[in-house]
Amino acid sequence: MNELDTRLAALRGGTPPVNFSARAIAGLTANPGCARRALLDASGADKGLISARVGFPVRFGQSTFALARGRAFEEQIKANGAAQLLALLRERLGLAIEEASYLTLEDVGEHTGREVRAAHTANLLLRAARDPDDAGTLFDHPMLRLTVAGHTAYLEPDLVAFKVGGRFHVVEIKSFAVIDGQVDSEQVTAAARQAAVYVLALRELLADHDLDPEIVSHEVLLVTPANFANTPVVSVLDVRKQLAAIRRVLARMSHIETLLEDLPEGVTFDLAPDAEGNPTRDPAELSAALHQVPARYRPGCRAHCELAAFCREEARRDDSLDVFGPALSGLLGGVDTVSAALSLADGSRRPAEEEADIARALRHAESLRCSLP
Amino acid sequence: MQPAVSSLLVALEKLHAARSGHARPLRRKRHHHLVDEPLVIVPLKLAGEAAAPLGCAVGTDPDDPLLLTVPQPRNRDLQHAFFLELARVVLDYIAARQTETEEVLSHRRDEPPRLRYADAPQILTPNRPALEYLGLLGRLTRFQETEDEVPLLGRWLTFFADRAEYPGSSLALAMTDLLTAQWATGQSELEDANLAMLLAWICPPEGMTGAQAARAAEDPLDFPPAGPATDPEFDNLVLQPAVHGYDRAAAAGDRVALARAEAKIREAVASQLMPTWRLMWKGLERLRALPEAPHCEQRWAADRDRFTGHVDHIAEGGPPQPRHDHAVAAAARLATLERAQGRFEAEQALDDPFVLAELRTLGEAFGGTVVDREPDRTEVSPKGRVLLRPRLTVRTEDPVRIEHDQTYVSPERPRQTARIRQVVDDDSGCLLVLDVISGMGTPKRPAPIPELGETVCYTRAPAQFGGQEFPAPEETPWTHGGPPADLDEPHREPDQ
Repeated sequence: MNELDTRLAALRGGTPPVNFSARAIAGLTANPGCARRALLDASGADKGLISARVGFPVRFGQSTFALARGRAFEEQIKANGAAQLLALLRERLGLAIEEASYLTLEDVGEHTGREVRAAHTANLLLRAARDPDDAGTLFDHPMLRLTVAGHTAYLEPDLVAFKVGGRFHVVEIKSFAVIDGQVDSEQVTAAARQAAVYVLALRELLADHDLDPEIVSHEVLLVTPANFANTPVVSVLDVRKQLAAIRRVLARMSHIETLLEDLPEGVTFDLAPDAEGNPTRDPAELSAALHQVPARYRPGCRAHCELAAFCREEARRDDSLDVFGPALSGLLGGVDTVSAALSLADGSRRPAEEEADIARALRHAESLRCSLP
Repeated sequence: MQPAVSSLLVALEKLHAARSGHARPLRRKRHHHLVDEPLVIVPLKLAGEAAAPLGCAVGTDPDDPLLLTVPQPRNRDLQHAFFLELARVVLDYIAARQTETEEVLSHRRDEPPRLRYADAPQILTPNRPALEYLGLLGRLTRFQETEDEVPLLGRWLTFFADRAEYPGSSLALAMTDLLTAQWATGQSELEDANLAMLLAWICPPEGMTGAQAARAAEDPLDFPPAGPATDPEFDNLVLQPAVHGYDRAAAAGDRVALARAEAKIREAVASQLMPTWRLMWKGLERLRALPEAPHCEQRWAADRDRFTGHVDHIAEGGPPQPRHDHAVAAAARLATLERAQGRFEAEQALDDPFVLAELRTLGEAFGGTVVDREPDRTEVSPKGRVLLRPRLTVRTEDPVRIEHDQTYVSPERPRQTARIRQVVDDDSGCLLVLDVISGMGTPKRPAPIPELGETVCYTRAPAQFGGQEFPAPEETPWTHGGPPADLDEPHREPDQ
């Protein structure tokens, strides 16, 4: 363990580190400027437990109906050696169906530990990449590794397709419907981000073994049901933008030292679990530790961060404009708090030099507001 | 609908709301017509499915909603039974709007007067996703080849969802849109999208501030989501076991157990629907108390025209709305929506001092004092006629975005329009030289124009009908997909 790891582990304290899922890594790109989340994530702290301990229990979680639907659709796609999928891929990628083989990587004999699985996956994928006689292969549930702030995250894409012509494609199976060619853009963006994490992990694996990482395509295959039936369709997603965003955020996480340097001595998010694993840390003390690290609250945080409610409360307490969301902060560019904005508007505070423009606009708006019936 | 924080004026009101803990009024008038008997629909869908309905509360009587549930939402037969019941309510409601007609005289003398319905349906849902979901149900059902009324329901739901996108239309409205147009809260747009939290700010219970009430309303146990998505915890702890019980009873062929399981699901779904149902009527009551803007009448007449047109289209055996808009129809529709948005905004500004002030902060309208006037000024037209063109000079401190070919109008003199001819910057603002170009009368009989020293406001004049021309479908250029292969495919009706 190096010094950085020691400090991050001390920050986390007595709870085991949380594994990063692809979704969690993808979520890091949603608000990359938040130092609080970057530090908590880098240390492997359990944000859900911490949030509950400081008085903001989290109601995260998916509906069992949504999960069941997702599982059923994936099973359908993969049934009979992924017969449905192969037919679709043959269409989209020119994969000769008789050449295709299907490899399940979910179980490796008796050993289903993730390290063993990851090693096994790596072996098979590397062999396929080196094999000049490239037969089309579908790898079902490979186990990939990606380093996030010094921690190894284990990732499990739905499928990886190895195409005739020598390129890997990540296949993402999602159960949201494409209706008349229209999809919910939020869900597609989330799927693209998640798939980009897999592309990155695959590329790193190849690069680590002196193979060309570019044989992993930036074009990801999204398999979804069409219209109101279960008939699958494949859409090709270009994830280059998402890849760049994830690379940036991972680079930032690996430079986490700078965030640690700003931290006062002795700050820890340790939950001090007892023998049963129940947290015993004083909530007020834990809160105070969290407040030591600056957050960047956005109303959208609640979609991807367990601490959102805690940070919103802090933003309210600090009179921050962040509680209203980026649209309002954007309009009031440069002004940070409710009182700062209101005092500029009613003229009770003289604007600083860089506030001249927004102050003029605010005073104008305030004079119109006051003359309203 | 416009974004919630569209101007500094709205921003300031939000800050004051947060500071005081109470919602602040925005618009001084209500710009959507509200009928005496709207059809309120609160739909819920099953998580993870594209469109599988779980249930809905529907009706025109606040004390007597019809509660529909689908005990096993994945079962197509049960889904169909749900649509049949919903069709009965919705189609009866629509039929009841067709009892009276009125004659509308044409603008052209050689055209006979036409008839339109004196009334029209109005669908109210809790939020925009619910409206979109009704559109999705319309898409799901309008092509079904059944002999019953389900395909017709689909066509009407599609009609409503389509009109809901049309700025200024009141045929299908979302409660959260209506409320956020009228009140500023001290919370974010995301929180305003939660009907319970929004109404908590606007009408908090006695003894509570809006801010306190909104915090309480955030708990989905006491305030279930307004849909169409359900609370995942409700799904996992209540609904899933109940549906499982239903499946077991159905598999065992146990009728008694089946009825019991069904009643349990009905009760569970009702527990999620009823709080929102009550909020809908509470919100409606607040909205009704607001004065209706004068231009509503004209817009509602246009809505009744559209309604009449769709009734006729169906009666004449017209086809259902197409799956996709063809390139030309899609472009025409976008242009129509954009025009409607501009017109709606301009009309609101004429009707409502808040909207006018908002546009002034954005530079799209201006106000100031008349510092010079030439009421007798004339110009000679290219044809040699002498035209009255009175000129005004207005001093303003507003950040006007000058557009020389834009026509402006003042709420005080709605028949008189003006254009900006010249702008002279001055220490504390600017001087605008305006020429009155219509409604000024003739040199012999001039109409009154603003006096010296008068305070005036001008906003963009609402655009008149018409707009960009689009090619006929059969003349679609190849860059836009070329003429459609199947010209029989129905197209959306053009703008009214």
